[in-house]
Amino acid sequence: MADTLIPKELKYTNTHEWLKIENEIGVIGITDYAQHELSDIVYVDLPEINKSVNQGDVLGSIEAVKAVADFYSPISGIVIEINTELKTAPDLVNKDPYQKGWLVKIKIADVSELKNLLDADAYQRLISSPQ
Amino acid sequence: MIKKTPFYDKHLQFNGRIVEFANHYLPLQFKPIIEEHKRVRTTVGVFDVSHMGRIEVRGKDAVKFVDYLTTNDVSGLAEYQVQYSTMCIENGGIVDDLLVYRLPEHVYLVVNGARREEDLKWIYQNKWPGIEVIDRTFEVCQLAIQGPKAEAVMQKICDIDLSQIGFYWSARCKIDNIPTLISRTGYTGEDGFEVYLENKYADKIWDMIFAAGEEFAIGPIGLGARDTLRLEMKYCLYGNDITLETNPLEAGLGFVVKLDKANGFIGQTALQKIKAEGVKRKLIGLEMLDNAIPRHGYNVLANGKVVGQITSGTLGPSVQKGIGMVYLPTELSAVGTEIEVDIRNKISKAKVVKTPFYKLGTRK
Repeated sequence: MADTLIPKELKYTNTHEWLKIENEIGVIGITDYAQHELSDIVYVDLPEINKSVNQGDVLGSIEAVKAVADFYSPISGIVIEINTELKTAPDLVNKDPYQKGWLVKIKIADVSELKNLLDADAYQRLISSPQ
Repeated sequence: MIKKTPFYDKHLQFNGRIVEFANHYLPLQFKPIIEEHKRVRTTVGVFDVSHMGRIEVRGKDAVKFVDYLTTNDVSGLAEYQVQYSTMCIENGGIVDDLLVYRLPEHVYLVVNGARREEDLKWIYQNKWPGIEVIDRTFEVCQLAIQGPKAEAVMQKICDIDLSQIGFYWSARCKIDNIPTLISRTGYTGEDGFEVYLENKYADKIWDMIFAAGEEFAIGPIGLGARDTLRLEMKYCLYGNDITLETNPLEAGLGFVVKLDKANGFIGQTALQKIKAEGVKRKLIGLEMLDNAIPRHGYNVLANGKVVGQITSGTLGPSVQKGIGMVYLPTELSAVGTEIEVDIRNKISKAKVVKTPFYKLGTRK
């Protein structure tokens, strides 16, 4: 898929989430590749505010017509905001996965965990390699 | 070996996402599933259903034999009439569901791709002397053209008057000199046709149908929307909703079981007994009351107790609700009964509803 968007400035997980750092706040979403694989997202189940999560924990789930998938926290911290627009417009995750389709904001507990994440080039290799 | 249908290159050309299904490489989707689903409900879409099995039954007693082999009444069919039916084993368990075409020279069976080999085994095992069975699956390809504009599209390229073909009837026609069997049948709830023709014409017919359908925004449809469309109609999918462990009476397919057929059929005695005693469970349609999607295998509960598993489930794009099918004990099967579905450890409310879920289909 040559036309998959992978913004250079973001960090990625091998479970297809992205993380954007804004000061100590991490914005989390799923990648363009992931939304395309899922297709037709119809419900997004988001965590409670103030929930404390570790890197790799389940943060919520995404229901598409043909499948349901959990999504995982790229980093440890505390949930401070969720994208409430997704309640009425879950397809924003399909249409605009890196902007309007963001999922969760987290107050990052430990920035040293960033070293466990992939940069854009490494993520590109991950999704290009045969399954 | 996994097979390609004669339309495989077309699926690639239209950027289909290819998956393995019924031992074939087939497109899951070309566009978002909801978009494909709505295309069929509002205008017209094309399905490659060449993975289905196509079997000719020939011989002087072909009609009688298929009447014995299947549960519906074949002897009463007129030439070119088509019939939905089931094929059962002695205890009433379903070998397959199928279409039976009564053609002038033979009886044509269209069976599920994933069941073709089992069906053939069963047919040979029960075959009468003088009956000839010919598997045409890999010589003949099959497309379904479905949607309210299907007739308008096909009439542009077909040399017969399609308005004369009734629901579940067929005819032979020529499409630019390609000999074609066409029937007004489908698996979507919309008006539409299925066409059968020799493999060598596959590219040509595809191109002709798409050219004729351009003005109606015709598009190819994948397995994803095929499933949501059939589920909104509560049409059964073999392997999910019906199996050897289910019988047609509990599956709500009693309308294709002619229990009193004079010449008998395989499973008749068992099914008569099941009918006389009353079915213990029924395949019902359920609708979620919460924003949740029931899926195959999820537990269904009544008063906190597991009473069944979802056989098929999805979000219905046209009904905009989570919908599913499940076998429930007969006492819990009445329309309006409140039940629950265990959706990944979250108990969600649902109720038994009247089906089909989608009631505005254009099928004739």
